[in-house]
Amino acid sequence: MSQLNTLHLRDYPVKPTQVYLYGTCLTDSLFPDSGIDAIEFLEQQGIEVIYPQGQSCCGQPAYNSGYTQQAKAVALAQIKHFPLDIPIVIISGSCGGMMRHHYKDLLKDQPGIEQFCDRIFEFTEFLVNSLQITLVDNGPQERVALHTSCAARREMGVHITGRKLLGQLDNVELITHDYESECCGFGGTFSVKHGDISNAIVADKTKNLVKADVVRYVSADWGCMMNINGSLEHQNKALRGEHIASYLLARSAKGANS
Amino acid sequence: MSVVQVNPADESKYAASARAFRDNVTRDLANDELRSNFRGAMDYLMDKRKSAFNDQDELETLRRQCQLIKQRCLVKLPHLLEQLEAKLTANGIVVHWAETITEANQIIAHLIEAKNGKTVVKGKSMVSEETALNDHLEARGIECLESDMGEYIVQLAKEHPSHIIMPAIHQNKKQVADLFVKNIEGFEHTTDVDALIQQGRNVLRSKFCQADVGVSGVNFAVAETGTLCLVENEGNGRMCTTVPDLHIAITGIEKVVEHLADVPPLLSLLTRSATGQAISTYFNMISHPRQPGEKDGPSEVHLVLLDNGRSQMYADEELRQTLQCIRCGACMNHCPVYTRIGGHAYGTVYPGPIGQIVSPHMLGIEATTNLPTASSLCGACGEVCPVKIPIPKLLLRLREESVKPASQQPQVMKGQGSGRKPLEAFIWSMWATIHKSPFLYRASMWFATRGRWLMPSKIGAWTVARSAPKLASTTLHQRIKQREQAQQSVQGRGK
Repeated sequence: MSQLNTLHLRDYPVKPTQVYLYGTCLTDSLFPDSGIDAIEFLEQQGIEVIYPQGQSCCGQPAYNSGYTQQAKAVALAQIKHFPLDIPIVIISGSCGGMMRHHYKDLLKDQPGIEQFCDRIFEFTEFLVNSLQITLVDNGPQERVALHTSCAARREMGVHITGRKLLGQLDNVELITHDYESECCGFGGTFSVKHGDISNAIVADKTKNLVKADVVRYVSADWGCMMNINGSLEHQNKALRGEHIASYLLARSAKGANS
Repeated sequence: MSVVQVNPADESKYAASARAFRDNVTRDLANDELRSNFRGAMDYLMDKRKSAFNDQDELETLRRQCQLIKQRCLVKLPHLLEQLEAKLTANGIVVHWAETITEANQIIAHLIEAKNGKTVVKGKSMVSEETALNDHLEARGIECLESDMGEYIVQLAKEHPSHIIMPAIHQNKKQVADLFVKNIEGFEHTTDVDALIQQGRNVLRSKFCQADVGVSGVNFAVAETGTLCLVENEGNGRMCTTVPDLHIAITGIEKVVEHLADVPPLLSLLTRSATGQAISTYFNMISHPRQPGEKDGPSEVHLVLLDNGRSQMYADEELRQTLQCIRCGACMNHCPVYTRIGGHAYGTVYPGPIGQIVSPHMLGIEATTNLPTASSLCGACGEVCPVKIPIPKLLLRLREESVKPASQQPQVMKGQGSGRKPLEAFIWSMWATIHKSPFLYRASMWFATRGRWLMPSKIGAWTVARSAPKLASTTLHQRIKQREQAQQSVQGRGK
């Protein structure tokens, strides 16, 4: 996994006391609980979390649609809301990949962009490598699957850090579903522009998750989960995905077992 | 710089089928047998590749090495092509240059007609698919027989290759047996793969001996030595290039490499990435026609070097990476889209991720607007590409070229802006206006969450197979504000 080794050859700030949270537009408008859960979880670790109200979207939707100038304008508008030289923790692997890697290209004329990008940490990456966290599991015994978004996997290595975190939970049996590394078919505007192809892919993803016979699946990306959960709901399946921040917070709560 | 106009005479027949992408997808997604053939075959090929690369560090070192080899050769491409021509000429191999597919076909037809050739046996050549050589020759009364087993099957079925390495991968053995029953005289029905293929081979064997001309592709053309390298597994490539008296090779200009020493690492990555083989069964190195005293080999060897859009790829440094491709097919084997829709749905010679970045140059953006968007950008293709072509990045670049205004300078691709829709462009600029202003963003979110009951339960293609996402009653921005206010009032009371 040399590609990932090079991805992860980065300086991790050791147990910083203060971080920014980048919530992402999907979390903001559709799934705010995950943002609150991430903040509470980080605060439990003794970290002060700053959530700049000026943030909106990383620009990925326009960037992936070929509207580079529009993406650039929105990307530029984000970075000024994070002036302090502290880590920016982001609760989505694909938005993380956008800000950590693609900003370097998109905003290459912007002074200090490298340093900005180097402050971007995906939530699970931050917990494992920066906080070097040790989790206490107060939750019940259960079988769980992990879905990592493709960008999260290939650009941020979340399949490694997500797996490490779930592996620390004593009562959680992590099940590998068939074709685990395969895309869920979301791909942003792809899922609308080529809905029939996207539908065929998510149909297979949900089939494999259901087949894994787990009580839930966990992911660090709401884009994928909106797709997979939407498909599961449409099929009247009980299985749902949960954001890893919410899941870790719930498992850490005293009395979660009852 | 002006936009290059598509000359209808040069336009490949594939332009029409690429335009029909959406219909092709609908057709092929509904074909369960086809879907199962592809899923099974791609699983097999992914496993084979995986087992060929046990040492990840070795793989990464080799990928980097081969990326650098191809990049070096591309930087020197004009010079290397001249060197290749000089060396080949000195070796007795005649070099021809073709800018368009029409030119390439005419050159080949004239060479065959000059020798009064009537029958051609072809080794596998995707570039000859690119030029639709068989159609052109048939129209001139020259019979062209595909001798690669997969290509032979595809030719019998009157189809095109659905994969660049495994042309008939879309058919299962039962379908092939049925096809042979219909087309091969005296065929004894069997679904035993070896017995099946052996009967096909018997037909081909006699054709090799009768053919006037052999046509082949080229995997690597070595400039230093003037050597044409051909990778194959069936021996048909060797038959095509040694038995008939005239051998015509055709390839794209990007296949030239500088040194003979560049070949072994590229070859090793090619076969391992493609089929998981340490090396192919045959590796042919052709440096000259039959020499005095030699017992076999053609008396004439020609090489046709085709451009067909490659210069356009070359002119832009980012898009130039497209030319690093060594045609292993690993990107399609690992692509979730290719696995679902199969190779024919793309409607182009080169299907899958590599086809999506090559075809817009060959056919123009106008005919291929649906190709760069037909990707979830999952990145599996870029991850397995042996020469590290950043395929997802290039797909993004092509999306940009497709939607940017047709008049915007500099114009690097023919058909620039042909995917631009005024409404879509308007929506994205509104989107940018809202999202770059914290005030407008918060205001629009406030209205959206208040009016969330207005949100439609059907949203186009999304809700065909998924329930609609539901807006939260309170955004994260608002929740955090409330939370901070509550904390401040607790602290305030504490004081």
